[in-house]
Amino acid sequence: MGEDFSVNLPDLNYAALAPMLILFGAACLGVLVEAFVPRRARNAVQLVLGLLALVAALVAVLLHAPDVTDSNALTGALSLSIDQAGLFLQGAILVLAIVSLLLFGERTLENGGPFVAQAAITVGSELDRRQAAKESGATEVYPLAIFAVGGMMLFVTSNNLLVMFVALEVFSLPLYLLCALARRKRLLSQEAALKYFLLGAYASAFFLFGLAMIYGFAGAVDFRTIHASVTGSTNSPILLFIGLAMLSIGLLFKAAAAPFHVWTPDVYQGAPTAVTAFMAACTKVAAFGALARVLYVGFDGLGWEFTPVLGVIAVLTMLIGAILAVTQTDLKRLLAYSSIANAGYLLVGVLGGGKQGLSSMLFYLVAYGFLVIAAFAMLTLVRDADGEATHLARWAGLGRRSPLFAGVFTFLLLGFAGIPLTSGFVAKFAVFGAGINGDQTWLVLFGVLSSIILAFPYLRVVVMMWLSEPGETTPSVSIPGMLTSTALMIGVLVTLVLGVWPSPLLDLTTDVSNFIR
Amino acid sequence: MQPTLMLAEAAQASAGDASAALQAAVAYAPATGILSYMWLLIAVPAVSALILLTTGRWADKWGHWLGCAAVLFSFVLGAAMFFELRDLPNRAVQLDLYSFIPVGSLQVDFGFLFDPLTACFVLLITGVGFLIHLYATGYMAHDEGRRRFFGYFNLFIAAMLLLVLGNNYVMLYFGWEGVGLASYLLISFWYGRPSAATAGKKAFIMNRVGDAGLVLGIFVMFAQLGSVNYDVVFSNAGLLPSTTILVLGLLLLLGACGKSGQFPLQAWLPDAMEGPTPVSALIHAATMVTAGVYLIARSNPIFSANLTLQTVVVSVGALTLLLGCIIGSAKDDIKRVLAWSTVSQIGYMFLGVGLGGGAYALAIIHLLAHGFFKANMFLGAGSVMHGMNDQVDIRRFGGLWKYMKITWLTFMMGWLAIIGIPPLSGFFTKEPIIVAAFARPGWTGWLYGFAALIGAGLTAFYMTRLFILTFHGPKRWTTAKEGSVDQHPHESPWVMTIPLILLALGSIFAGWLMASPVAEWLTPVLGPPVEEHPTTLSHTTITVLSLALTVAGAGLAYALFNKGTALEPQPAGALVTAARNNLYTDAFNEAVFEKPGKWFTRALVFVDNKGVDGLVNGLAALVGGGSGRLRRLQTGFVRSYALSMLLGGVLVLGAFAAVQLGWMG
Repeated sequence: MGEDFSVNLPDLNYAALAPMLILFGAACLGVLVEAFVPRRARNAVQLVLGLLALVAALVAVLLHAPDVTDSNALTGALSLSIDQAGLFLQGAILVLAIVSLLLFGERTLENGGPFVAQAAITVGSELDRRQAAKESGATEVYPLAIFAVGGMMLFVTSNNLLVMFVALEVFSLPLYLLCALARRKRLLSQEAALKYFLLGAYASAFFLFGLAMIYGFAGAVDFRTIHASVTGSTNSPILLFIGLAMLSIGLLFKAAAAPFHVWTPDVYQGAPTAVTAFMAACTKVAAFGALARVLYVGFDGLGWEFTPVLGVIAVLTMLIGAILAVTQTDLKRLLAYSSIANAGYLLVGVLGGGKQGLSSMLFYLVAYGFLVIAAFAMLTLVRDADGEATHLARWAGLGRRSPLFAGVFTFLLLGFAGIPLTSGFVAKFAVFGAGINGDQTWLVLFGVLSSIILAFPYLRVVVMMWLSEPGETTPSVSIPGMLTSTALMIGVLVTLVLGVWPSPLLDLTTDVSNFIR
Repeated sequence: MQPTLMLAEAAQASAGDASAALQAAVAYAPATGILSYMWLLIAVPAVSALILLTTGRWADKWGHWLGCAAVLFSFVLGAAMFFELRDLPNRAVQLDLYSFIPVGSLQVDFGFLFDPLTACFVLLITGVGFLIHLYATGYMAHDEGRRRFFGYFNLFIAAMLLLVLGNNYVMLYFGWEGVGLASYLLISFWYGRPSAATAGKKAFIMNRVGDAGLVLGIFVMFAQLGSVNYDVVFSNAGLLPSTTILVLGLLLLLGACGKSGQFPLQAWLPDAMEGPTPVSALIHAATMVTAGVYLIARSNPIFSANLTLQTVVVSVGALTLLLGCIIGSAKDDIKRVLAWSTVSQIGYMFLGVGLGGGAYALAIIHLLAHGFFKANMFLGAGSVMHGMNDQVDIRRFGGLWKYMKITWLTFMMGWLAIIGIPPLSGFFTKEPIIVAAFARPGWTGWLYGFAALIGAGLTAFYMTRLFILTFHGPKRWTTAKEGSVDQHPHESPWVMTIPLILLALGSIFAGWLMASPVAEWLTPVLGPPVEEHPTTLSHTTITVLSLALTVAGAGLAYALFNKGTALEPQPAGALVTAARNNLYTDAFNEAVFEKPGKWFTRALVFVDNKGVDGLVNGLAALVGGGSGRLRRLQTGFVRSYALSMLLGGVLVLGAFAAVQLGWMG
C-alpha cells in the first residue's frame, strides 16, 4: 500500500555527456557575454569562446571514445545511447561545425561580417541602410550556433523518441533564427527563415504524431522497448506503421528528401552563406544520424519491409535534385538541389542496410560535409557592390580573371560530380557498393543515372568559368581572410586526401558502425 | 636456386596451363651490395627533373648544373655497379621494389634487372648523356627556357634508364612511353614555331602506331605465358607454338620500328630535328632511337625462335639502311642528313639483331660505337650552327675548318668512324655485320650482304659530301647583301668543345675497346660470340670490297663537291628527285593511311552527329524540359509547399499501409 515517494534519479554517465554539457554551458556563457562584454570586443570573444567550446567538446568526445563499450553506452534511463556510431556522428558534427564557425567569424570580406546588426529594423529604411554600411554584425549567432550543435549531438545519440523530439527542436529553433540574419538581401533572408520555421513546425508535428502512434503501439518511447514490441507484441501493427511513416516524414524533412525537400532551395538561397554551409554540412549529419538510428535500432525488427517505400523516396530525391539542378541559374540554389540529390545517395547507403550501409553513410556524411562547406565558402568570395554575386551568368570568364579561384572551385565541383581522386568518388562508390550488397541494385541504377544528370550542371559552371569571355559585369574575387582561407584549405585538403587515401577513414567508419539500443 | 624455382612455380600457376611444363632456363640473382641501390640511378634524375620543372625562376641560375650533376651521379653509380657486376659469378641481378600491378593472375612488380646488356646501356646513356648535358649548358645558354629544357632532359634520362633497367615488359613499356613523352616535349621545345609543334605531333603519332604494337605484344605474352617478367617469358618462349612466336615477334618489331625510325615508320625521325641540337644528339641519335634494337636484343629468345621472324627483321634492317643512305645523299640540311644517316645506321643494327646468333652482340657493339660518333657529329653540327647564326643549309657553309679547328677535327673523327676507315671504331663494328650478312645461307646471304656493302659505299658518299661541303671548299656563306645576315664563324666555348673532344676520342677508340671484350661480356645475355664464316666470299674479300666501296664513295663525293656546289637546289633526275622527297614514303603514308583514315573519321563524325548526338541531345532535351516543368512546382509559396508535403505524407502513409496489409496477409 505504501507509495514510494523517493525520486529515482537515473544514472548519468558524465564522461559520455561531457561534450554536450560543455557546449550547452558555453552557449549559456555566450548569452552572458552578449550582456556583459562591450560591443567592440564581442565578436572576438564570442568567436574564441565558440571555437574553444567546440574544440573542448571534440577533445571530450575523443577522450571518451576508447572507453565506450556495448554495456556502458546507454545512460539516463535508456534515453541516451552514446555508442561508437553516436560518438563518430558527434565528432563529425563538431569537426564540421568548427570549420563552418570559421566562416561565421569572417570580417574581412564585408564590413561588419556576414550578419545583420539588428534584425528587427525595417528593411530598406534609412536606419537599415546605415547599419548595413558600417555597423558590426550581430554576435548572438555564435551562441545560437553552439546551441544548435549541442542539439544535433543530442539528436544523434538519443535512444528515446521523446528526447529525440526535444533535440530536434533544440537544434531547429536556432537555425530558423540564424537564417533570418543575412546582412544583404534581408527580405529574402527573412522570407527564408519564416518558410523554414513554418514548414519545420509542420514537419515536427508529423514527427510528434508519429511518436504518439508508436507510444500507442508499444507503450513506451525508448528504442529498446519499441524493438521488443515490434518483434513480440500482438497489438495491431497498423499503429506501428502509421507511426513509423510519420516519424520518417519528420526526419526526411530535415534530411531534405523529396517530396519534403521543397524548403531547401529557398532557405539555402536566403540564409547567410555561412549559415547555409553550416546547415548543409551539420544538419545533414544530424538528420541522417537520427534517421539511421530510428531505422537500424528502433524498427529493424520489421525486417526492413519499409525499404521499398523509402527506396521510392530515395529515387525521387535523386532524380528531382538532379533534374532541377539542370535549369538553376543561381549557384546557391544549384548547390541546394545538389544537396537534395546527395540526400538521395545517402538514402541508398542507408537502405543498403547492415554494417556496410551504415559505414558508407558515415563516410559520405564526412566527405560531403567538408566538400559543401568549402563550396559555400568559395561563394562568399565572389562579390560585387551588392554583396555576393551568385547568379551563374555573372561567373562567366572568372577563370581568366582569377585562375586560382576557378581552379579550386573546379576541383570542388569535380568532387561533387564524383570524379576519382576526390572524396566524392570514394563516397559515392561506398554508398552504391552498400546498395548493391544490400540487394538494392535498382536504387544504385537510379543513383548512377542521377549522378550523370547532375554532372551536367556542375560541368556547366566549369565551362562558364573557363571557356567564356569575362564580361563587364564579371565580379571580382575577394582575397579571403585568414578564417575563410583556413576553412577553404581544410575543405579542399580533406576532399583531396579522402579521395587519394580514404582507407583510414573507411576503416574507422567500419569499426564504429554499431548502434546500441 | 630457391627464387628460381618459386618463379617457375608462380608462372606455372598463373599460366593456368598444366600441360605446359615450364622451364627455368633463365634465372636472376637477387641484388646485393651497391647493386641494391640501382633504383637510385633512375630516382636521382627523376627528382632533379621534378625540381627543375616545379621550381620557379629562382632556379634559373643553377638549374642546368643540377641537371648535369644528376646525370653525372647516375654515371658514377652506374660505373660502380658495372665493376661490382663484373666480379659476380651470376652476372644478372634483379631487385623487386614493390608489387606494382597486383590484379588477379597479372602480377607485375616494380622490379629492376642489371645484367651485362643493361650495364652497357646504362653507361652509354649516362656517359654520353652527361657529355651532352654539359654541352647543352653552353648551347642553351641564351635560351629563356633553359631550366625547362634541362627538366625535360633529366626526365628523358630517367625514363630511358627505366626502359633498360626494368625486369619485365611493363617496366620497359613504362620507360618506353616516358622517353616518348620526353622526346615529344623536346622536339616541340620551341613550341612557338609551327614546324616544331608539327614535328612533335608527327613523332608522337607515328610512335603511337609502334607503341600499339608493343602493347599488343605484351598482351599476347600475358595471355600465352601468364607473365610479363623477362625470366618467365624467356624461359618458356621456346614452348610456344611457332605462329604465336611469329605474331608476338612481329608486334614487338612494330614497336621497335616506331621507336627506332625503321621502315615503314621512319618518317618522324628527320622531322624531329626541329628540336634543339643536343636533343637530336642524345635522343634522336645516341640513345632513344636505339631502344628498338635494345628491345629486339633483349627479347632474343623470342626472335631466335622463329626463322621467318628473323628474316622479317633482317629485311626491315636492309631496306631501311639503303633507304636512309639514298635519301641522306640528297638532303641539304646538315641535321637532316645526319638524321637519315641515323636511320640508316640503325638499319645496320636491325640487320645485326635480325641475323641472330653471334650477330646480336655485333649489333649492340655497333650501337655503342654509333652512340659515340653520331653524338659527336650532331654536337659538331650544333657547334657549326652556333657559330653560323643557326644556319643549317650545307650549301651555305664551306671553308669552316679555318675558323673552328676543334669542331673540324672532332667532326673529322666522327666522319672517318662512320664511313668505316680503319683503325677508327666504325670499321671494327660495321664490317663484322656485313660479314655476318654474307654468312646467311643461300641467296639471301648474297642479297643482304650486298645491301650492306652498297650501304657502306653510299654512307661514305653522303657523309663525305656533308663533311666537304661544311668544312672545305669555297665559302658560300650568307651575306647582308642578299638580305640575310653576315656570318662571323667562331669556335664554341669550352663547355661545348670538351664534350666534342671526349666524344671524338670515343669515336676513335670505341672500336678497339669494344670489339672482342664486349662480345664476351654480353655472352650471358645474347649467347657466345661466334665467328661467322661466309661460304660464298672469304672474309678478306668482303673486307677489301667494303673498303674499296668506301674509298670509292668518298672519292666520288670529294671530286663532285670539293669545288663547292650551287646555292640553290638544281633540277635533277628521277632518282635524286625521289630521294629529295624521301623516296615518296611520306606521300605513300598520306595516300595509304592518312586519306582513308580521314574518310573513316569523317564517316564516324557523321554517324556521331546524326545518330549518337541525336540520341544524346534528345535525352538532354528531355531532362531539360522536365526540369523546366518541375521548376514551376517550386512556386515560392509556403502554402503550396505545405500542400505538397501533405500530399507526400499521405502517399507515404498509404504506401506504409499497403506494406502493412501485405505483412498481414
